[in-house]
Amino acid sequence: MATKKFRCKVCGYVHEGDKAPATCPVCQAPASEFEEVKDNAKKGLDRDSNVYTIVYAAVMVVLVAVVLAFTSQSLRSYQKKNEDNDKRQQILRSINVSVKANEAEAKYNELIKEAFLVNANGEKVEGDAFVGEVADAYPVFVANVDGQTKYIMALHGAGLWGPLWGYLSVNDDKNTVYGADFSHQGETPGLGAEITKPAFSGQFAGKQIFKDSTFKSIAVVKHGKTAEGQDYVDGISGGTITSQGVSKMLFDSLKGYEKFLTSKE
Amino acid sequence: MGLLSKKNKEVLVGPLSINNPVIIQMLGICSALGVTSKLEPALVMGISVTAVVAFANVIISLLRNTIPNRIRIIVQLVVVAALVTIASEVLKAFAYDVNKQLSVFVGLIITNCILMGRLEAFALGNGPWESFLDGIGNGLGYAVILVIVGFFRELLGSGTLFGLQVIPQAFYDFGYVNNGLMILPPMALIVIAVIIWVHRSRNKELQEN
Repeated sequence: MATKKFRCKVCGYVHEGDKAPATCPVCQAPASEFEEVKDNAKKGLDRDSNVYTIVYAAVMVVLVAVVLAFTSQSLRSYQKKNEDNDKRQQILRSINVSVKANEAEAKYNELIKEAFLVNANGEKVEGDAFVGEVADAYPVFVANVDGQTKYIMALHGAGLWGPLWGYLSVNDDKNTVYGADFSHQGETPGLGAEITKPAFSGQFAGKQIFKDSTFKSIAVVKHGKTAEGQDYVDGISGGTITSQGVSKMLFDSLKGYEKFLTSKE
Repeated sequence: MGLLSKKNKEVLVGPLSINNPVIIQMLGICSALGVTSKLEPALVMGISVTAVVAFANVIISLLRNTIPNRIRIIVQLVVVAALVTIASEVLKAFAYDVNKQLSVFVGLIITNCILMGRLEAFALGNGPWESFLDGIGNGLGYAVILVIVGFFRELLGSGTLFGLQVIPQAFYDFGYVNNGLMILPPMALIVIAVIIWVHRSRNKELQEN
């Protein structure tokens, strides 16, 4: 590939060789009218060629993937610790105990006496309640607050933009709500996201899950409305779908605990 | 050419007022509606966008001579998305509470038109330092508008600022009611329009006939 290309500036004739011809064979122009044609591919920077584009994209994607995987892996243990402490904080908030993240673990170990999984029949099953990754089993955390036993149950549901979750604690009659705490992934700030505020979750205290020994759950209704035959709280104005999501989450999640709550043990 | 030559100063300060990304370039309107119902998320969003635009601008500016023309938007998106994801992962490990605040915005930052607009319009044709200043300037210009809108929406819509009650209870006793409409997105549009009105009546040269 040692041959160079020369183009005649007068007529466009292209000559291949080591140097420009003395005269152009087409228009007889002198050698000074020839200019060398630079082959773009040799420079390796023809930014419009398909090969360059594809290689560039491939390299970029692999590079970014490696960087992201590395970041994710190397930070995993720190993140896990934060997530666990966050979960402990949520569980503690449902029994009306609010602590800082760095104190959460100690306080959790102090107040939560027992944690186990129950199945839909209310029987205990094997597994780690805190991790809670067992199918068809529901975690129960038993807390001791000022000498009284509280049962904390986990809730999972869907809001407007993403998942909702929370914890609901009941007194030892397994019926009257002691406290609640809700979290969300991406509800609208100022609207649906208000469910995390104590102004919303505080309404649940004292409500009853059962009426005349039948499972009713607790409804979330629009301000000023009532719900037939069951206890209810006011929803968030402007956050109707999120409020309905909380209502549905309470019903669906607590339904799974029905047998556990009616058992005397 | 000094680090803060006259031209660079223009690049940095211009977007704060006469070349503001939101009220002049009309970029980033969608996120300005979405996150301004409260002052705090508005501020957090403004700061995050500033940081992301600045660094994405620098990276794209450094790569600008290698990026294939036909996939430059994709390259820009990948750079921004990777940057935001890494930032969010780091925050998750070392500042968990900040991350919880930001998680909503990660998607919004990546798709923010200011980012794309500045990368396309500025970083692809300018050096890294100018691009960095341009990113900071535009980010702050965006943040300023967000904070103004967030201030009015939270004050009039909820009677609070940064979550703290500022309108005294006595007002409510006299029958004052929070304007629930302010919380909803349409009012953000109207507030932005009012800002544009005020801004243009003070800067006559910006008025179009």
